[in-house]
Amino acid sequence: MSYIPLSDKDKKEMLAKVGVSSPEELFRSIPENLKLNRELNLPSSLTESELVHYFESIEKKNNYTEFLSFLGAGAYNHFIPAIVDYLSSRGEFISPYTPYQPEVSQGTLQIIFEFQTLICQLTGMDVVNASLYDGASGAAEAVLMADRLRGKSKVLVARTLHPQYRRVIETYTRNLGIKVEEIRYTDRGEVDFEDLEKHLDEQTTGVVFQSPNFLGIIENIRKISDLAHSHQALSIVVVAEPVSLGLLEAPGHLGADIVTGEGQSFGIPLSFGGPYLGFMGCLEEFIRQFPGRIVGQTEDVEGKRGFVLTLSTREQHIRRERATSNICTNQALCALRTTIFLETLGKNGLKELAWQNIQKAHYALKKLSQVKGIKRKFNGNSFNEFVLEFSKGWTEVKKILMKKGIIGGLSLEKDYPELQNCVLFCVTEMFKKEEIDRLASNLKDVLK
Amino acid sequence: MIREPLIFEISDEGKRAFSFPELDVPQDKEILKNIPTRDAIEGFPQVSEVEIVRHFTRLSRTNYCVDEGFYPLGSCTMKYNPKINEKMASLPEFTFAHPYAPQDLVQGNLEILKKTEGFLAEITGMDAFTLQPSAGAQGELVGMMFIRAYHEERGHPRKTVLVPDSAHGTNPSSAHLCGYRVQEIKSNEKGTVDLSDLSRTMTEEVAALMITNPNTLGIFEDDINKIADIVHSKGGFLYMDGANMNALVGICRPGDMDVDVIHLNLHKTFSTPHGGGGPGSGPVGVNRQLEPYLPLPIIEWRDGKYFLDFDRPKSIGRVQSFYGNFLVVVKTLAYILSLGSKGLKEISEMAVLNSNYIRKSLEDEYYLKYKTSTLHECVFSDKFQKKYGVTNLDIAKRLIDYGLHPPTMSFPLVVHGALMIEPTETESKRDLDFFIDAMRKIAKESKENPEVLKSAPHVSYVRRMDETKAARQPILKWTREGGSKACK
Repeated sequence: MSYIPLSDKDKKEMLAKVGVSSPEELFRSIPENLKLNRELNLPSSLTESELVHYFESIEKKNNYTEFLSFLGAGAYNHFIPAIVDYLSSRGEFISPYTPYQPEVSQGTLQIIFEFQTLICQLTGMDVVNASLYDGASGAAEAVLMADRLRGKSKVLVARTLHPQYRRVIETYTRNLGIKVEEIRYTDRGEVDFEDLEKHLDEQTTGVVFQSPNFLGIIENIRKISDLAHSHQALSIVVVAEPVSLGLLEAPGHLGADIVTGEGQSFGIPLSFGGPYLGFMGCLEEFIRQFPGRIVGQTEDVEGKRGFVLTLSTREQHIRRERATSNICTNQALCALRTTIFLETLGKNGLKELAWQNIQKAHYALKKLSQVKGIKRKFNGNSFNEFVLEFSKGWTEVKKILMKKGIIGGLSLEKDYPELQNCVLFCVTEMFKKEEIDRLASNLKDVLK
Repeated sequence: MIREPLIFEISDEGKRAFSFPELDVPQDKEILKNIPTRDAIEGFPQVSEVEIVRHFTRLSRTNYCVDEGFYPLGSCTMKYNPKINEKMASLPEFTFAHPYAPQDLVQGNLEILKKTEGFLAEITGMDAFTLQPSAGAQGELVGMMFIRAYHEERGHPRKTVLVPDSAHGTNPSSAHLCGYRVQEIKSNEKGTVDLSDLSRTMTEEVAALMITNPNTLGIFEDDINKIADIVHSKGGFLYMDGANMNALVGICRPGDMDVDVIHLNLHKTFSTPHGGGGPGSGPVGVNRQLEPYLPLPIIEWRDGKYFLDFDRPKSIGRVQSFYGNFLVVVKTLAYILSLGSKGLKEISEMAVLNSNYIRKSLEDEYYLKYKTSTLHECVFSDKFQKKYGVTNLDIAKRLIDYGLHPPTMSFPLVVHGALMIEPTETESKRDLDFFIDAMRKIAKESKENPEVLKSAPHVSYVRRMDETKAARQPILKWTREGGSKACK
């Protein structure tokens, strides 16, 4: 297949206008010794129907969707209303560039403005940017922002922050002389306040923690923020499951200075890990050090309301090496999906969604922890995820479950060697009671 | 056209666009007893489904897009996005796959990633690729991290990264984020890297040179071999920003130019849509020397199966959760397979033909600072129009009246009042001629009626926007009390 709309006649006329006899001649500025002079070693072209056949045959090599899966851990299976796909498939949204020319980009700009407003309302932050790559890089950007604001040397990161997010923070800070120290968790699965107090000192830039955390436990945001503030450190709250914000108090009302997280739950399919949506908000006083694009309201020469990219003197295309971040392309189309999703669910819908998640997960938690050989690992308050400890080796249990068509949760051993045979389960609104019961009865059989 | 309000302004108590099935498990109201909860999300909208559909449909109509017409943003490669690629990326096993799914159940996905890595390696002549970075800028950061890790292993990370004055802003910013000081290299009168300036500044304290080839003027750095020699002779690395790869596919390969690291923008050269500003994807290719530093995990093939390899002691770690923007990679693979080796070469040939056709057709009316021959883009300026008081901004805004998207403006910085035009290969002669004709008319208008340019655009959904006001009194969200509330 070719997507080139030039006829042979067109090409001839254009070559003549340019003053060359062949397309090859257009490349005479490239030294001959650098030219490839052979065909690329790639397959020959496929027609559209051949391409469909090819991808369908690859698709058949996957069979994840045949299973009942209780995986979560930073990527959540939620329902996506039809209008999200329908509206976000419009060429007017898919095929423009970043809205540098506001007069012909009001759609994208107004939607980002609505996105910023929605995320402000959810997180309780004063300002929100147009999006970042994902939750993990959002957490890393928050650490760098805190570093610019406070200019001290170390950042404290809760061990209950998503292990991949911690890895990304390590990668981003390694070359910048920022020390990262880890804060332990308690038997309840919460940030250990004593350990936090021990690590907090004059050199602490910020405290990064997730709520609900990676072990599924809702953190005491107020208490952790107060402790951070008592040492002039910033409280950085990461939200990997933002559906929780439909019920839980906004972190901004509990002392958070920066809230960042993963928006995938809001209308973005699991997609084998990406593209997802990083979101980030902060208090107004920190805006000059805020990374990423921001849309602001203004008016045109006739006084009509409109929207533009603004405060761009923070950004790389103006400030170059002194920019607040190197980010340029972000996740606009994912932010659009999230905007449609949130506006569709609305005030009552998001609350109901969160309520169904917490109720179903707690039903499952109760049911599963009654099974002999399974223990609830942490007693802290949870949302839609929880950790179970198995008396039998999980590898064995997992295998048998898979034979029954069930993917249990995520084994935690690799990231938390101290949590042998502990497994993180996620139960969202997508699960029916019978499916939860099926998991329970199968586990009962396996652990007999 | 109807002026579309903010969704919050049409919200009304009790309206719904979605309903849930009844909860089928016993409710336990005690669960939230000890946790701070919220009653309602203050300000969150309540609207019906049809209102939402009309809201977004009306807003969509105020956007200009590639599906509508010519979009000559230089350095952005706004080519047509084939629709079949979207469809392939929406197959259920791709969109529903959980990133923590057992690897045996997602062999197809791993195959897609591995295959694409291999194809990109062949196209660029590099030895290995990572698909993890989410966009070009993140790719740059990752590439610089490999370089730093390499130097560090040998005892000294070095201090400086060299960046030509024509480079994208992300280059110096990414180098800075990697802990380097940035030093600028001058362009010579041809618009390419000044070799004597490079020789002078290249020392054993320099970790790398970040070069864009063809550079942002559309000019091929024909001294690339000498540049590589100078950089390598002091133990530095040559980093190539692959944003302009659309000029080179099937013609020549960065790996054969002694480039050590390159990032690509799949949302440019490989036709995945820009989405109004993302998601993109910024894979990074390296030579053997730098391969050990690739981010975790690496996809390997062993005993008839693909698997994720986390056992890479020298890896820089992770820069993203999971495996990058997987669905963008699916679209890229679809594009490569559709075009095949011949079709891929043709994109560069036609992109360069289109760009040169525009250059030839406009060079008498618009000032071209560098006369050197150009590949996929050309950079004019407003120098001829300035004497009538007309700037590049006025020209750009007037193009909107003609139903066209403006070119990239005021970049690269080495050309004052720049108008940077990149047509890509997916424009018909009719569309190119329409643009050329509009540009010629504007050149004429600037002499005869400059006012019509200075007050442009006239027929758009909104007229010229007050960007100064937006920055002076930032209003960054809507609030119930004050409508859209200003920051202090």
